[in-house]
Amino acid sequence: MDINATLIGQLVAFVVFVIFCMKYVWPPIIGAIEARQATIADGLAASDRAAKDLELAQEKATAQLKEAKIEAASIVDAAKKHEAKIVEEAAGKAQAEKEKILASGHAEIETERNRAKEELRQQVAVLAVAGAEKILERSIDAAAHSDILDKLVAEL
Amino acid sequence: MSASAELTSQEYIRHHLSNLTVGEGFWTVHVDTLGWAVFLGFIFLLTFRSVAKKATTGVPGKLQCAVEMIVEFVDDSVKSTFHGKNPLIAPLALTIFVWVLLMNAMDWVPVDLLPHLIHWVTGIELSHIYMKPVPTTDPNITFAMAFGVFFLVIYYSIKVKGLGGFIKELTTQPFGHWSLYPVNFILETVTMLARPLSLALRLFGNLYAGELIFLLIATIGLFQLPVHFLWAAFHLLVIPLQAFIFMMLTIVYLSLAHEDH
Repeated sequence: MDINATLIGQLVAFVVFVIFCMKYVWPPIIGAIEARQATIADGLAASDRAAKDLELAQEKATAQLKEAKIEAASIVDAAKKHEAKIVEEAAGKAQAEKEKILASGHAEIETERNRAKEELRQQVAVLAVAGAEKILERSIDAAAHSDILDKLVAEL
Repeated sequence: MSASAELTSQEYIRHHLSNLTVGEGFWTVHVDTLGWAVFLGFIFLLTFRSVAKKATTGVPGKLQCAVEMIVEFVDDSVKSTFHGKNPLIAPLALTIFVWVLLMNAMDWVPVDLLPHLIHWVTGIELSHIYMKPVPTTDPNITFAMAFGVFFLVIYYSIKVKGLGGFIKELTTQPFGHWSLYPVNFILETVTMLARPLSLALRLFGNLYAGELIFLLIATIGLFQLPVHFLWAAFHLLVIPLQAFIFMMLTIVYLSLAHEDH
């Protein structure tokens, strides 16, 4: 174990190596590490923010969807009401039309019947006279018995 | 080992524990340990520098991931102990950790591999080849690093607390009475000096002992293979642990230098 000039040589090498390491090795490496750590921290913070934003957006979308559903329901409701009203109106109109047609039909039938009755009445009178004539074998004077015939006609 | 056939175990171990030297007396330089230390330091710096140059803040490559793991580990260790602001401590801790780790890891290189390689390449007689490839088994290397840390501790103590504050810290505790200030000074100085000494000797002692056991195992013949494996596996713990302890104590000493009591 002899101490000699090797110690001085090693001391010089030690000093030079430490200075070199301090100037050219340590700063770039630790700088890169710290820059990367900062980048990763930023990325994590950004992802946190994005997750929060997403949550907010989802909440907003849900609210909007709910609103839209309510609106759609109200629109459908109004449409149904409107439809019912239209149907009701149409039914009313149709009913009125039907009644009108029926009424006119009834009136026509009535006049027709009256006319037929009148015709029939006259024909019955003629037929009755003809029949009576045949029965009485021309012994009856049509003029003398016209009051009886008139009475008969009136009874018909 | 083929070399040990002609040598006794004692000679074999002594040969392996001798450095390749240049120079005389104090001006001797251990070319092998210092050379390996500088070489490993360059490997560390060049690898990390190449990553630093291409460092991307986006998706990192595999090498960048590995380097960043080490850098973050060191950064966490520094931040958990040292709370002030000092641009030197973290790079210093990184240099110490990786460099000491690499120097310790040379312990895994089989003890006869490098001498035999040199013999095979250059043809020099094995008995003339001295090659100690684990720098941290050389006290010169560990003491140099510990002294470097020690100088920084004194420099920052004076810079942060002022010369007066530093002297006050050395003299006014643990005993508060003025008559005991000389005793305090002796106690605190011993504590102060014990730090680099223990720092250097702990690393040196652990690795030197490990290397010595490897050499002892190498002398027992064929059965050395499983034993070598076990001892190398055990060093999976020793090597990173000693590097970590050296780094951690450096951080602790420097953070103490920044704190007022």
